[in-house]
Amino acid sequence: MRLALRNIRLPLAHFEFQVDVEVTRQVTALFGPSGSGKTTLLDVLAGLRRPASGSIEIEGRTLTDTAAGLHVPVRDRHIGYVPQDGALFPHLSVRGNLLYGRRRDPEGIHTLPVEHVLDVLDLAPLLDRGIGALSGGEKQRVALARALLSSPRLLLLDEPLAALDDELKRRVLAHLQRVRDELRVPMLYVSHSTGEVAALCHEVLILDRGRIVARGEPQDLF
Amino acid sequence: MTAGDWQVVGFTIRVAALATLLILPPGLLVAWCLARLHWPGKSVVETLVALPLVMPPVATGLILLKAVGRRGPIGRLLGELGIDVVFTWRAVVLAMAVMSFPLLVRTARVAFEGVPVRLEQMARTLGAGEVRLFFTVTLPLASRGVLGGLLLSFARALGEFGATILVAGNIPGRTTTLSLAIYQLVQLGRDDQAYRLMAFTVVIAFATVWWSEWFLRRARRP
Repeated sequence: MRLALRNIRLPLAHFEFQVDVEVTRQVTALFGPSGSGKTTLLDVLAGLRRPASGSIEIEGRTLTDTAAGLHVPVRDRHIGYVPQDGALFPHLSVRGNLLYGRRRDPEGIHTLPVEHVLDVLDLAPLLDRGIGALSGGEKQRVALARALLSSPRLLLLDEPLAALDDELKRRVLAHLQRVRDELRVPMLYVSHSTGEVAALCHEVLILDRGRIVARGEPQDLF
Repeated sequence: MTAGDWQVVGFTIRVAALATLLILPPGLLVAWCLARLHWPGKSVVETLVALPLVMPPVATGLILLKAVGRRGPIGRLLGELGIDVVFTWRAVVLAMAVMSFPLLVRTARVAFEGVPVRLEQMARTLGAGEVRLFFTVTLPLASRGVLGGLLLSFARALGEFGATILVAGNIPGRTTTLSLAIYQLVQLGRDDQAYRLMAFTVVIAFATVWWSEWFLRRARRP
């Protein structure tokens, strides 16, 4: 995976978000205090927010280039997103949520078999349940599977374990490790937890007030 | 109830239902635009949409009469197509539609604003275009509010009087609605018949507004 953010600038309420970075490791953590710009970075990558200037390229494909007036629509970016609360569609069943974004990558390289994703995340017994009947950990697993089944080139995870208790965190983290090792999907993982980052990520970018102030491997930084 | 009374009741329900159905697509479109888009002059559109709520219905009727009358800009065009509006059932539908439009737009707008933007953003990351997103996420999640607004609009259409009498007249068997019939019966001193129709109107209006409030209460629940 090669993700390049070049001279990304975006004025925020209390500081200007400025990032220029290239990411090549499979799972990279975004670490930093609340309000440091981690979610903003995910939103910019997903195309939900437009930077004032800069460019974004993933695996040689330009998604945003303000100088050229290019902004690939969110739906065509093939970037999966798992927010903190899962943001599942409450009016659909688990199956409905999972199939909502099912699609094949135009290049066919990131399409994951449904059965494999269901197996890795242990979701087969939940398929006919309503969203209201799921526990917090189950919701996060469904949100993760939903994003994976949309054939993402890159998966963005915004503190997916933050709202879970310790036991559920441990279980969902094990599922995330299986996603990393068996499905091999590139991930950007936002977290406040050094334990989660050390258990899951190959590299860490530390953000503060919209800038990357340090980067390295988890064992070097924590 | 005489056969004539039932004819008036049946006619009123049919034209009110048709008017409500006709305003549904443009009403939802305007409500969605007001809830989700920002553009210069938006407040002018908001004000124009609300005008029939506060203007004297007779004044609205006069505007309609000028617009769709045989010498009016729209009436002339329709006349060339062989369609007469003024003093026909079409004029009743038009008056009801115009007078109930703001109620639908206001309630549907609130319902759309209550749909979490994050869910719509997630649908886009899953590949949904704007039309699919509207019909599979926004509208289903706003459906209770929209149904409540639709019923309120229907109730408003049932009771429409001022605009209708100007643009459609009060032609027995052709344009006489419940409100017009009650007015005419009182004028003629046939109070017993007027009370019967009034009682019927109260029952329909009560049932419709009660049902509408039921939907709106459920829409407000998380």
